[in-house]
Amino acid sequence: MSASLRVASTVEEAVHELAAGARPVAGGTDLVVGARQGKAPLPQRLVAIHRIEKLRRIAAHDQSLRMGALVTHAELAANPTVRSRLTALADACVIVGSHATRAFGTIGGNLMNASPAMETGGPLLCLDATVALRSASGARRVGIAELLAGPGQTTAAPDELLEEVYVALPPTDTGSSYVRLEYRRAMEIAVVGATAVIRFDGDRIAHARVAITALAPTIRRVPDAEAALVGSDAGTEAAQIAARAVAAASEPISDIRASSRYRTAMATVVARRAIAVAAARAKGEDIPVPASTASGGGPR
Amino acid sequence: MRVAATLKVNGTLYPLEIEPHASLLRAVREQIALTGAKEGCDDSECGACMMLLDGEPVNSCSYLALQAQGREVTTVEGLAPPGELSDLQRAFLEHGGVQCGFCTPGMLISATALLRRPGTPSEEEVRTALAGNLCRCTGYEGIVNAVLAVARSRSEPLESARTRGA
Repeated sequence: MSASLRVASTVEEAVHELAAGARPVAGGTDLVVGARQGKAPLPQRLVAIHRIEKLRRIAAHDQSLRMGALVTHAELAANPTVRSRLTALADACVIVGSHATRAFGTIGGNLMNASPAMETGGPLLCLDATVALRSASGARRVGIAELLAGPGQTTAAPDELLEEVYVALPPTDTGSSYVRLEYRRAMEIAVVGATAVIRFDGDRIAHARVAITALAPTIRRVPDAEAALVGSDAGTEAAQIAARAVAAASEPISDIRASSRYRTAMATVVARRAIAVAAARAKGEDIPVPASTASGGGPR
Repeated sequence: MRVAATLKVNGTLYPLEIEPHASLLRAVREQIALTGAKEGCDDSECGACMMLLDGEPVNSCSYLALQAQGREVTTVEGLAPPGELSDLQRAFLEHGGVQCGFCTPGMLISATALLRRPGTPSEEEVRTALAGNLCRCTGYEGIVNAVLAVARSRSEPLESARTRGA
């Protein structure tokens, strides 16, 4: 069979193509780049979804944010609701690739590519996001933990299209952050990363979420770290215990960018930084986006 | 199998026959013969292939040509009328922003996209925006100075209007 590409203008058309064996492409920043790098050849049958207007929408309602699959990292990073209420997601989106990547890379693509090092996964997981999946035969909604199955793998069937990401906005006194360790300023992939979401009741933490990036086969939460934070004052001691729990929960690979030992050691550092920034934001401090730079990480 | 498609590049419509897996860079360089955009790494690391697609910077080596149908593609050749230079191109010459020249088309495209955004970028913002464009001569100082000079010169009329109480 020779290569083919069909440009879909509706979701119905796209899922019909998927049912017939096509693979979707939007910005191409993972799929096409991966093919150029020799990871996997481009699928023979492609359906381009970039023209589907419905999937481009981003809509903030009173208590929620709905992001169509085609919303780009640049749009998310600039969105006032994302910056003020889902700050960890802004931290993540603004450091993806370069400004060219952010202009064409999409939230749907970032999630469905399912890299354990993806930037948006930790924030979306800790903010309890769900995704809507549609196929020619029906639709369903799953949480991020349920979606991510392993490196490059999701639980979505090959004929399912990610249509939308949905997040219920957390209470306004919630602070969140995403911090990654990086060696260069652009086109970087997280060496390791951590997300924290914190809300206080008085001077004690009432709600805490912690997730790890590039430290396990998927982005995942660390319940022991969350338990260590809840009831604490988010001080040095509690953050240390949580950071140790993060290291204990990590099972990183060794690859060209870092050894497993180095990743585990750095897991405690990024976890401490993420927790400190989230706690400060929860207390109303203005820590600029991205937290990776604001918390002292990353090359200058 | 190649399919018929029309690409609009620098305002001109080009009817082409394009292979579905072909990149925008390949179509523009090999079929339209606009060779300003360069193939550096061919996997979106270096930015030498950058073009504007509907005004946004894109690594054209990793963007499928067929997805550019019905959209405005701008290459470095389209930044100024034939035989002329944009203020940014002139600034690159004046500030020594060109050494071997291989990264220059991508740098110019990237900086053009940055300078079209509202506000006057700081040096930090310029460096962040250009971080996806690698200069193998490491001649970044001249490049950054050129972009900053244009940013300042474009904001000056506004500022003087403001101080005049306009």
